[in-house]
Amino acid sequence: MKKLLLSSIIIIIGITFLGRLSYLQLFSFSPNQILEDPAIKTVYDYPERGYIYDRNGELLVGNQPAYDVMVIPRETKTLDTLEFCGLLGLEKEDFILKMKKARRYSPRLPSVLVAQLSKEDYASLQEKMRKYIGFYIQKRSLRDYVTNSAANVLGYISEVNETDLRTNPYYTAGELKGRTGIEKQYEDALRGRKGVKYIQKDRFNRDIGKFKNGKLDTLPELGKEIHITIDKTLQEYGELLMHGKRGGIVAIEPNSGEILAMISGPTYNPDLLVGRERSKNYTKLHYDSIARPTWDRSILAEPSPGSPFKTLNALAALQEGVIQPKTKFRCYNGFYVGKNKKGCHCGGGVRDLNSGIFNSCNAYFAGTFRKIYGKYKTTDEGMDVWEKHMKSFGLGNYLGTDLPTGRPGRIPNKAYYDKAYGDGRWASSFIISNAIGQGEVAATPIQLANMTAAIANRGFFYTPHIIKQIGNNSSLDPIYTQRRYTTIDKEHFEPVIDAMHNVYKYGTAKWLRIPGIEIAGKTGTVENFTRIDGERVQLTDHSIFVAFAPVDNPKIALAVYIEHGYYGGRYAGHIASLLIEKFIKGEITRTDLEKKMLEKTLEHEYAKPLSGEPFKINEYYW
Amino acid sequence: MLRRIDWLTVFLYGLLVFFGWINIYSTTLSDTSLSLFDTSTLYGKQLFFICISLVSILIIMFVDTNFFERFSGVFYVLGLILLLGLFPFGKVIGGAKSWYDLGFMNLQPSEFVKVAAALALAKYLSDIQTDIKNKKHQFYAILVILIPLLLVLPQPDPGSALVFFALFFVLFREGLPIYYLGLALLFIALFLFTLMFGTIWVAIGLGMLVSLFFFFKRPDLKIPTLPLIIFIVGCLVVSLSVNFVFENVFEQRHRDRFGLWLNLEKDATKLEQIKKTIGYNTYQAEKAIESGGFFGKGFLEGTRTKGDFVPAQHTDYIFSSVGEEWGFIGTALVIVIFTLFFLRLVQIAERQKREFSRMYGYGVIAILLIHYFINIGMVIGLLPTIGIPLPFFSYGGSGLLFFTAMLFIFLKFDASRLNEGI
Repeated sequence: MKKLLLSSIIIIIGITFLGRLSYLQLFSFSPNQILEDPAIKTVYDYPERGYIYDRNGELLVGNQPAYDVMVIPRETKTLDTLEFCGLLGLEKEDFILKMKKARRYSPRLPSVLVAQLSKEDYASLQEKMRKYIGFYIQKRSLRDYVTNSAANVLGYISEVNETDLRTNPYYTAGELKGRTGIEKQYEDALRGRKGVKYIQKDRFNRDIGKFKNGKLDTLPELGKEIHITIDKTLQEYGELLMHGKRGGIVAIEPNSGEILAMISGPTYNPDLLVGRERSKNYTKLHYDSIARPTWDRSILAEPSPGSPFKTLNALAALQEGVIQPKTKFRCYNGFYVGKNKKGCHCGGGVRDLNSGIFNSCNAYFAGTFRKIYGKYKTTDEGMDVWEKHMKSFGLGNYLGTDLPTGRPGRIPNKAYYDKAYGDGRWASSFIISNAIGQGEVAATPIQLANMTAAIANRGFFYTPHIIKQIGNNSSLDPIYTQRRYTTIDKEHFEPVIDAMHNVYKYGTAKWLRIPGIEIAGKTGTVENFTRIDGERVQLTDHSIFVAFAPVDNPKIALAVYIEHGYYGGRYAGHIASLLIEKFIKGEITRTDLEKKMLEKTLEHEYAKPLSGEPFKINEYYW
Repeated sequence: MLRRIDWLTVFLYGLLVFFGWINIYSTTLSDTSLSLFDTSTLYGKQLFFICISLVSILIIMFVDTNFFERFSGVFYVLGLILLLGLFPFGKVIGGAKSWYDLGFMNLQPSEFVKVAAALALAKYLSDIQTDIKNKKHQFYAILVILIPLLLVLPQPDPGSALVFFALFFVLFREGLPIYYLGLALLFIALFLFTLMFGTIWVAIGLGMLVSLFFFFKRPDLKIPTLPLIIFIVGCLVVSLSVNFVFENVFEQRHRDRFGLWLNLEKDATKLEQIKKTIGYNTYQAEKAIESGGFFGKGFLEGTRTKGDFVPAQHTDYIFSSVGEEWGFIGTALVIVIFTLFFLRLVQIAERQKREFSRMYGYGVIAILLIHYFINIGMVIGLLPTIGIPLPFFSYGGSGLLFFTAMLFIFLKFDASRLNEGI
């Protein structure tokens, strides 16, 4: 016993020590040593954020300097709080609160105390800064917008929040990050990589040299400049035309899938989301739940497509061989579904494919649609075939663009109706509205523009994209350069395109002809409903227009969607014509059209359902 | 002679001294690169001390084995005189008047007295007339330990004073009843529990333990009532006196150290304050060790070591440098080497034929072990801050010299054990 006493004590001590050491060095060890080490100061060198240019090399977004007041809580000494607050333009309570927050984030790492000082404030503060130990000014660059347009396309950047800091180890407090649009999608390229310098410090916080002789230090990697496919002139002009109107416009170059313009109305000046007023402005924009300026209608709105959708039904019917271009249907100023008559504005008479499209005859397409389904034994089978054709145009699913948001739209399939009505409890009469682009189909403006591009290309499209060039590298991801073929054979497109051409020559858009440009288009007038006090109320129809031009060698395909603009040939048609002319000719010859669009607003229409009083819809005069 | 030296122990000793110096080099290296032997640098000085220690080993090896036993009494008295001499002539370093200034080095006589006390105790106990069962002899033996302790304590150097307690292990080995140790542990436990939970809870706990004992004891076992009552009352008196001692005898810094160690301080801001002041060393040392992780940051790459974040890192806190630069691999290795070293010494002590050699051996082991235990325990945050060096590792001339001498005198005894009759 007494001989073993000492030996056992030696062994027990050894085991205890090893236990404690493994607790310290193996379990408590955090791999993030460099950032937590009080002996290492991390100094960042921020590269300038990449510039954004339009397709023609015109600058859209540059940078301007800004100055953040940073604090490292651990290093602060007692200070004259009131005087310092006065210099910063802060309330004392605010200051205390911010200091607390900074300390909670990390006593050792810098936090932002006041973000984005103006140059004048910076100048006056800079001289006195040395008095305040633990505080310093960090230069950053802020966005400087050369254009007032394309706010939703370009997106905005803002300071990283606590979630970003938790989820992405790259960022440290006070850094900026793209939140929407291009800024978000191409954040990594635009941002570049900050350079890092690690400095060895002693316990008096003095620098005593480079950590590991600078072996881990990195040089900043410049943000890459980005060229996007947007045409600045077209974008700005489109936004001008959207004055006082709500809706979305997307223009695509059919032979590349490049997005030429992406306009959403109402919009806002991107400059509002820069600088110290940013959060105030953002709140104002974000909480405008009526006009919703930050909601990009060009990619997020999902109206029923209306009559432009008829062209796809015609193509599907031709492909299925159930109609020929010469096949005729009689219009009784409408058509019958069982005993119910549904109306038509085309004027009645016998319609073939051509006049069915350019007069937008509902009866003709109801007949066509029935024939597609009639080819198959059951509605289910017909539905599958129809769904396949429609989806091949990029409808009913996310398009796969390089925009950070989007919506799938809707091509209803049998599962959809089974769910809505019950299996076997619906028939083709339930879905006949889809023949004319009403009913359950829905598509975003970008899907409509893309569908138009597919028609313009006679059977294929490229996934729409907004990136043209990153840095010096103009070769894109192959998903943007591969053709996506529709299920319709090429020869079926000509009769439909002829008819769409005739929409301008003789049809619903004959007043919108532009001298010297051959346009193919299709109007759409879309019934829509809302709920006011729980009651379903019909509102003035949406005005929709799709078009591409020139007919033989399409340079632009676009879709215009104007909320409550009534006939497709009115607001949407006018805007489409003007944009096509602007893009192809570079100038406007039909100044009467232009004047009308620049002056007219739809605010009165948008005020109706909010007024709380009874109102008329689809008023004739405009 | 040389062939009989226990080379395994010498090898382990060499490892410790070498690795210790490596770490001293790292903690005291400054930017201006100087020669290794430049005695203006601390690592250079330590190298010089190592050489002196080697010389001392040679001297010990050539001195007659009986010299140490014969003169142990003289050494002891000389040591006590040196300790007394500190009061008028001592040099104050770090608030303690524990050093003589010899010009080329500062000599700490308490280090010498440790050796002398171990020799003297062994000498007294191995005397043919001494009987450890005899209470009077027990008292004399304890006196040998207590006198230097009481001289060291007021320097003030409570750390070194604590070391003399280790010599009790010699007594236990030689037959002092083990329950003395039990009583001491009980006393310590009572002290700590009272600090942590208060007298009332200690009394309740004690009552429950006694009840349990009566509940489970064999029915025929008769417990004398009087000693039991004395025991319980004694415990309560100790417990009641703890607060008095803690508040009146201890100084504030001691209270803070205990408070930090036992987590007595519940107020978060005060705790933060304590961590930054009195607990700063421990906190920084723990953090430095923790930051080493499994592999460590590498030799000369310890950021906290370079930045001098751990105060006194080359002396008492040298182990934190091992932790930071060599990681768990390094620290575990040091612990394993020390453990093997001590076990080997116990083995050697037990094979001594002469009682004097064995007792002296136990004294050496006990002194080295308590240094090792308290030092590393403190650096890794298991024990309150008590400033004593890590043998063979920490910077310091007297320490290294006398630890070495102490060890090699023992090895010398061991090497010559076969030549001697009993």
